[in-house]
Amino acid sequence: MPIVCGPHFQKHWYNWWRGTLYWVGNGAVYLPEGFQEEVILAGLCIGGPEYPLVLNLTVMNSLPATSRMQKISVLLFLAWVCFLFYAGIALFTSGFLLTRLELTNHSSCQEPPGPGSLPWGSQGKPGACWMASRFSRLVLVLIDALRFDFAQPQPSHGPGEPPVSLPFLGKLDSLQRILEIQPHHARLYHSKADPPTTTMQRLKALTTGSLPTFIDASSNFASYAIVEDNLIKQLASAGRRVVFMGDDTWKDLFPGAFSQAFFFPSFNVRDLHTVDNGILEHLYPTMDSGEWDMLIAHFLGVDHCGHKYGPHHPEMAKKLSQMDQVIQGLVERLENDTLLVVIGDHGMTMTGDHGGDSELEISAALFLYSPKALFPGAPPEEPEIVPQISLVPTLALLLGLPIPFGNIGEVMAELFSEVEDSQSHSSALAQASALHLNAQQVSRFLHTYSAAAQDLQVKELHRLQTLFSKASADYQRLLQRPQGPEAALQTVITELQQFLRGVRAMCIQSWARFSLGRMAGGAALMAAACFLCLLVSQWATSPGFCFRPLLTLMACGLAGTIVCAGLLTTTGLKLDPVVLGAMAAAGSLLPFLWKAWAGWGSKRPLVALLPIPGPVLLFLLIRFAAFFSDSFVVAEARATPFLLGSLILLLIAQLHWEGKLLPPKLLTIPRLCFSASTGPPRHNGTHALGLGVGLLLCIRLAGLFHRCPEETPACHSSPWLSPLASMVGGRAKNLWYGACVGSLVALLAAVRLWLRRYSNLKSPEPSVLFVRWGLPLMALGTAAYWALASGADEAPPRLRALVAGASVVLPRAVAGLAASGLMLLLWRPVTVLVKATTGAPRTRTVLTPFSGPPTSRADLDYVVPQIYRHMQEEFRGRLERTKSQGPLTVAACHLGSVYSAAMVTALTLLAFPLLLLHAERISLVFLLLFLQSFLLLHLLAAGIPITTPGPFTVPWQAVSAWALMATQTFYSMGHQPVFPAIHWHAAFVGFPEGHGSSTWLPALLVGANTFASHLLFAVGCPLLLLWPFLCESQGPRKRWQPLGRNEAEARVRPEEEEEPLMEMRLRDAPHHFNAALLQLGLKYLFVLGIQILACALAASILRRHLMVWKVFAPKFIFEAMGFIVSSVGLFLGIALVMRVDGAVSSWFRQLVLAQQR
Amino acid sequence: MKDTDIKRLLYTHLLCIFSIILSIFIPSFFLENFSILETHLTWLCICSVFVTAVNLVLYLVVKPNASSKRSSLSYKVTRFLKCCIYFLMSCFFFHVIFVLYGAPLIELVLETFLFAVILSTFTTVPCLCLLGPNIKAWLRVFSRNGVTSIWENSLQITTISSFIGTWLGAFPIPLDWERPWQVWPISCTLGATFGYVAGLVISPLWIYWNRKQLTYKNN
Repeated sequence: MPIVCGPHFQKHWYNWWRGTLYWVGNGAVYLPEGFQEEVILAGLCIGGPEYPLVLNLTVMNSLPATSRMQKISVLLFLAWVCFLFYAGIALFTSGFLLTRLELTNHSSCQEPPGPGSLPWGSQGKPGACWMASRFSRLVLVLIDALRFDFAQPQPSHGPGEPPVSLPFLGKLDSLQRILEIQPHHARLYHSKADPPTTTMQRLKALTTGSLPTFIDASSNFASYAIVEDNLIKQLASAGRRVVFMGDDTWKDLFPGAFSQAFFFPSFNVRDLHTVDNGILEHLYPTMDSGEWDMLIAHFLGVDHCGHKYGPHHPEMAKKLSQMDQVIQGLVERLENDTLLVVIGDHGMTMTGDHGGDSELEISAALFLYSPKALFPGAPPEEPEIVPQISLVPTLALLLGLPIPFGNIGEVMAELFSEVEDSQSHSSALAQASALHLNAQQVSRFLHTYSAAAQDLQVKELHRLQTLFSKASADYQRLLQRPQGPEAALQTVITELQQFLRGVRAMCIQSWARFSLGRMAGGAALMAAACFLCLLVSQWATSPGFCFRPLLTLMACGLAGTIVCAGLLTTTGLKLDPVVLGAMAAAGSLLPFLWKAWAGWGSKRPLVALLPIPGPVLLFLLIRFAAFFSDSFVVAEARATPFLLGSLILLLIAQLHWEGKLLPPKLLTIPRLCFSASTGPPRHNGTHALGLGVGLLLCIRLAGLFHRCPEETPACHSSPWLSPLASMVGGRAKNLWYGACVGSLVALLAAVRLWLRRYSNLKSPEPSVLFVRWGLPLMALGTAAYWALASGADEAPPRLRALVAGASVVLPRAVAGLAASGLMLLLWRPVTVLVKATTGAPRTRTVLTPFSGPPTSRADLDYVVPQIYRHMQEEFRGRLERTKSQGPLTVAACHLGSVYSAAMVTALTLLAFPLLLLHAERISLVFLLLFLQSFLLLHLLAAGIPITTPGPFTVPWQAVSAWALMATQTFYSMGHQPVFPAIHWHAAFVGFPEGHGSSTWLPALLVGANTFASHLLFAVGCPLLLLWPFLCESQGPRKRWQPLGRNEAEARVRPEEEEEPLMEMRLRDAPHHFNAALLQLGLKYLFVLGIQILACALAASILRRHLMVWKVFAPKFIFEAMGFIVSSVGLFLGIALVMRVDGAVSSWFRQLVLAQQR
Repeated sequence: MKDTDIKRLLYTHLLCIFSIILSIFIPSFFLENFSILETHLTWLCICSVFVTAVNLVLYLVVKPNASSKRSSLSYKVTRFLKCCIYFLMSCFFFHVIFVLYGAPLIELVLETFLFAVILSTFTTVPCLCLLGPNIKAWLRVFSRNGVTSIWENSLQITTISSFIGTWLGAFPIPLDWERPWQVWPISCTLGATFGYVAGLVISPLWIYWNRKQLTYKNN
């Protein structure tokens, strides 16, 4: 007789005692030690004929199908939401981050830019290259942010008129005087800088002649050094001496290029005088010494004055007057063969900022002066407007250098006319030859660039090439008939200029213009996706939630968009894939928004839309707002632990406030003497407080491993971030090595301890075996690799080859082990020990002394053995009948933690290869990471009520704290969101010789190093849902004495003390389980999504900010990459939980089938 | 609850605010170069002493609690000593919390500790005056539905607003304005002071507005 019973036992279809499940026959009967009540109930079951002998078999068989559908729809929906975010990010990026490929080709003297004779190269003059040099020396005075109107000559006013009122007007008197006295020697131009108008980008443009964008894709991300061909490099290779003084940005851009250099710190914007006074100290002595061919002086005072006070401040007048004196002093010292260039790299807005593309920002002054006559005519009334980069080819040819390879500027033809020669024809010919050389060089660059990259428009390129070949042919024809008509010469000049301007326009179109529409569209898409996450995560908590409408809405939107896209492509419109993706995303979003709009109506208040509780909302808002301040982005490494600590203390305070920490008695009746035995229902105060303090301690300790952003010079990076190999002292090194290995062992021991506590390490499943034997092996490999890596230099020469070989093999072996472990885990994720104990029911000693209510004792003493005997006979009968077919009783250990055991195992397996990519001492941070996430999970579990049948929710504070912790760990692993701070050495772990030509593998390694914490926390995200169920097992273990309780309560005891189902509660309600997973994923995506949204908004709103390319744009890129890694990790984590769920289902099915046989 | 009670509460709070204002102005008569920002530590000590003194005097004069049953001298002395120990412990506790929150561990120890002292003055001293050295009573007051009188209610409000002020005071530290008050721990102590004063002002008003809703269990 299958012992299947009434409602009570159906509820306990799989019930366990200390995590042990007993199966008997076809039904489940619960026969633990010392649980007589249950036996009685079982007896009642047997006795009562009214209970039908129904098995849950049908239910169990039908469940997986719908459950699988639900799982697939959850994953699909999450993937779709991720796609929405990706589309938004891609659209925003395409509008904001202008990219360009950097070519490393160099022009050289010996190699003319194109066919045809060089105009003066054949004359064999010394120092002549593509053209004969006209100046042997150059003084370049770069006054940062010298706007054009700062230098503009003021119309002389009469004696009665008031003097100029604005402090920045007319302060550069010497320029005006020179222009009036020596009109043939000097010229003022209104130069137009290209955005981004930030100093570093401008310096790049002023030396390479190209249009630097924010990301100049180059082979070397680790430093700011310019790899493209540039004027400084050409000078150095021609053997000229370049002396620099001023802004230390040049040090990063041109490392080692100067024969003599005086760098001064440029970062402190409030310091107006350090750089300028430093330059003035060295400028004239250097100039008089004559030990230079090019002298560069980069003054920062005007720019800093603008940032500090704005242009409309008396301080600006003082600063400009000082600059005026500098120019005057230089002009007096100039010799005949020297050219003086005074240039502003960009302008400034009315408030003194720069970085964007407004008229005031891009207008800059350019002043040329030579002691010998340079210009044939008098200066025009209104200064000519020239693009800033025109200076590069002009200076190159004037100094007798090759034009830098990547230059797209156009020579200022005026400077190449023959002043002494009165004949206008030869003047024009000289101009034409300079222009032709320039055009040849630009054409060569275009050819090379379009072969390497595809971002230039093909049609326009063709048009320009034909234009160039025509102009070139005309020019060659002209050269053969030297005395041709004047008009033909002018045509050639115009044609060449047209070509050069066309090229520049095309390059600006693709390299140097923000696309505001795309930026706004991308931000809107991200905002809508965040809103969707909020909305659907709220739907998912409602009891009547259904998966199907989600999928249908999504499918409708996608289908509609695909049809639209198909129609568009048939019409022949060629669309950017980014725009297409964004359109698909927006189109598929529409039905949701429409449904939300329809569901809104008037009845639902706005408050219901904002399900985030107030304090957490405040935290999220603070985090959101912090992305808009460059100080807070720079200080995020310290601000995040602060916020996290506050959130933790708030959680504890909230628990206390709601009376969950202390026994209710204490709170309601004041000053009552209470005994320690009246324990709280689930957690006591000291427990939660201990968890909180432990967490704060962990966070603080992790904060010791910080790397300073370069913007804060007073801060010192932690010395523990460097690899051990860089340490000198042998003893300290050994101690550190011991500590690292110790942390590795501690991590391993903690994980094993946890698994032993909650799960089973004795199961013969392959994944458990792997945990038992594979993990120590991985730890051993890691320790050995560290030993080799840190002491490789000290190895005796005989062993060098062995050491080199081992340092290749060991990391790969560890990674391979981890991968195989993950594979095993995916293959057999159920780590449940199935004990096949045939004789178990017989050996049970059911008749232990009964401690129930004494009144019924006599009855029970009589009844229980009767029932038991009856049951025993029943069992024995069945056993006899089915003995040959296999075991009847099955004990499944630790089914209650089957999900989280798999998660923890997966996280550990994932952590080891990531650990290997970091410096040795970061292993301590990894240990802290596991520890603090464990503590946080426990703390959060204390505040989460378990709603047994109903919808499971993961509270917002849990998700926010988790995301904050991911960011905090990112910083404590020694990262900073700037490119020079990336740990490039990670690419060489396991590949000490480099990677050859492949780029994806080093990128993967460096990415895994940088976003290790994002990945680990995202994969571990489902633990937030699982942990409260796991902690359930701790509650009843703390027995309390029912002092002073009446008998009614005692009778209820078995109900109260029913065994924890733990994670099987989730399995009991697969629909709610899947909904909770969906909700968890959406909440996490929301918290991450508002971060990336804030970054995007900050970068677009503050695109004129001084720090946009230094702080906001890198932050956006890192945040976007982190989001992508996190979303993929989250997807994998949820998929892993579902895989475990599926495996558990099939395990149950097999079990039931085996029993049926 | 009568309006006279609220009036008394208001007057005591005004006296507390007055003591803080006095601590700003009186020392400049005796000390040269005294200013809050430059001689911040001196001000911290003086302010702490003033506020503690005023709190003690007010406690002795107003006697918001029902007088304790025992009034022997030895009981009073042990009670006072206990209060002192509690105060010191709270100072150390706050110090540890600040360090855990990211304050420097070794540098600026004196500054951090004095900050802990001033925060203890704003929070622990009123608790000690009103509730005595009785942690359980403290825990009761700072939980939902735990207050039993308007004095406890105002204590709750001022203490929480002091903490919030301190917390908000940490926010300007990373900003690059380079003001003298952005230096650790000046912004936090100022935040704590402002929070305390705000709590002192708000709590009588809040109790006055909500006097109809407030009902206290008296036992």
